[in-house]
Amino acid sequence: MTRGERQRLRTGLLFALPWFIGLSVFTLYPVGASLFYSFCDYSVLQSPIWTGTENYQRMLHDVVFWKSLRNTGFYAALALPLGMVTSLALALLLNTGVRGLAAFRTIFYLPSIVPVVAGAMLWLWIFNGQYGLLNWALGPVCRLLGGAPPAWLADPRWAKPALVLMSLWGAGNSMIIYLAGLQDVPAELYESAELDGAGWWRRLWHITLPVISPVIYFNMIMGIIGALQTFATVFVMTGGAEGNPARSTLFYALYLFSTAFYDLRMGYASAMAWVLFLLIVTLTVLATKLSEKRVHYAG
Amino acid sequence: MQPRTRFTRGLAYLLLLAGAVVFLFPLVWLVLTSLKPVEQTMTMPPTWLPRAYSTVINGRQMEVTLGPLQPDRPGYRQVTERSPTKMVPQPLVAGIVPVSTIESHIAPRWENYRIALATMGGRSLSEVEGSTAPRETGAGADSTVTFGTFLGNTLIVCVLGVIGAVLSNALVAYSFARIRWRGRNVVFALTLATMMIPFPVLMVPLYGVFKSLGWIGSLKPLWVPAFFANAFNIFLMRQFFRTIPEELSEAARIDGCSEWTIFWRIILPLSRPVLMVVALFHFLSAWNDFMGPLLYLTRKHTFTLAVALQNYSSQHGGVQWHHLMAASAIVILPIIVLFFFTQKTFIKGIATTGIKG
Repeated sequence: MTRGERQRLRTGLLFALPWFIGLSVFTLYPVGASLFYSFCDYSVLQSPIWTGTENYQRMLHDVVFWKSLRNTGFYAALALPLGMVTSLALALLLNTGVRGLAAFRTIFYLPSIVPVVAGAMLWLWIFNGQYGLLNWALGPVCRLLGGAPPAWLADPRWAKPALVLMSLWGAGNSMIIYLAGLQDVPAELYESAELDGAGWWRRLWHITLPVISPVIYFNMIMGIIGALQTFATVFVMTGGAEGNPARSTLFYALYLFSTAFYDLRMGYASAMAWVLFLLIVTLTVLATKLSEKRVHYAG
Repeated sequence: MQPRTRFTRGLAYLLLLAGAVVFLFPLVWLVLTSLKPVEQTMTMPPTWLPRAYSTVINGRQMEVTLGPLQPDRPGYRQVTERSPTKMVPQPLVAGIVPVSTIESHIAPRWENYRIALATMGGRSLSEVEGSTAPRETGAGADSTVTFGTFLGNTLIVCVLGVIGAVLSNALVAYSFARIRWRGRNVVFALTLATMMIPFPVLMVPLYGVFKSLGWIGSLKPLWVPAFFANAFNIFLMRQFFRTIPEELSEAARIDGCSEWTIFWRIILPLSRPVLMVVALFHFLSAWNDFMGPLLYLTRKHTFTLAVALQNYSSQHGGVQWHHLMAASAIVILPIIVLFFFTQKTFIKGIATTGIKG
């Protein structure tokens, strides 16, 4: 290395020192430690005892583990597509050049910055089976169809759909990202398509979506990673980490949390964490492979 | 913007209006519920606006709560005197009066907010009203914890966190963006890779780290890590720093300026937009953070607003919706105010993360 190079290396490392410390202490060490713990029996009260792959084997037979996986998968499979469609639809509508764009944008974005706990309380109230706003609105419709409005969070069959509905309220965040992407679409593409007689659907499908496909891809990946780790909303809305009612809302992150901090089985929890990691990586790689053909990056 | 006919634009406007109502109404409902007396929160169909009813019973004009309509006397309703909570319980005066004599006016119950603030720390309603003495619990702290405590804790975490986040990420991003050093790109790629690691993987050992430092139960785990940068903000700031022309730095270097001087006096002042974005986003995420305080805070007097609010809902047995909504509104309000003052920065910041991401 030349003297200049050595000098720059020193300065560069010095400036980046906070990150090196942070990376080591708050990321690299925990990653290594949790991998180690996942092969151990570890309650914080004693040192970890090596047990090999016992945690992973136990996981295969753990009914609750599979239930939590199914719950999380069900939620993600609903919330993700619905969320993406909602935010994209809102962005498309806003992009038509309506008056009051800023006001609409604010209204749709505001709910996504509402503190999670406060929002959860509000929606708990709206979902209330007896006095909640939602059931009052649904009452006439349900009676017409010969039924009654669901008990939402009190009913194991409707608790997860309730959580999905609530997640849509936060669509404003992605909407902003889509809107920015939509505004980057060159107007000439639309103009020439209109000249060729393309209707709005064809314009959407053949121009808009391909051009913003990187943005869609980004939101999808972020969505997968987020949905699989859902914790705070479920915790607050179901009153804890038990997944009430009847474990229907026991999401993966909740079960992990209660295993680690209530049951003090930190080895098992670490194993669950690594399974989650692998799951996320797999899904991300899968999603990337599937989108390869469809994601067009502007030249 | 796509060329659109007037019809399409009109349709879009209607749909957006409908959507806006759906999105906004829950917040409106939050405020309305917070201003009602408890009996008006639990009615079906819902009472929209908080009201006060009064009529004459036994020759006296008094505020009343509504009872059922009388099936045998059409046009008559049972009403009961509405007593303030202070008084020693006495049999309440009730009567059956013609519906037409019941006057009502809109009466928001602002005292719900006062009560929510006072009881959020754990004191019961009767303590606040003064009719029972404050409980002397063994720990001592329980009865004296107030909303102010929670607010203070939250502000400590948020403000210190913002300072740490802005400073540390600027330093590190400067290194990745403005200094050419061997291995820089590899380390940056590693930095990006760490963003994929889900928090549960780090959760247990991180708890162990804080435990051995003796920080569990204090606010430190919530703001100290902010001083050591994080991948996302490094990425954000690096992108911005790279847009500043290299010539500025080179000219300064030729003039004999140290790297630190260039950073502090040239780059930082030019970077106000991205510094604001990082500050804002960190403040928001720290204010909203629930899992962190849940993990690391053990005693009530260290609680932040997020856990205090969640705790409040499970206090005193049943949920008092009007108080809970008032408390929730109080927790939301500062963020809304902050947003209205910093809208542009917010929106631009989010858009940037999605596009360059």
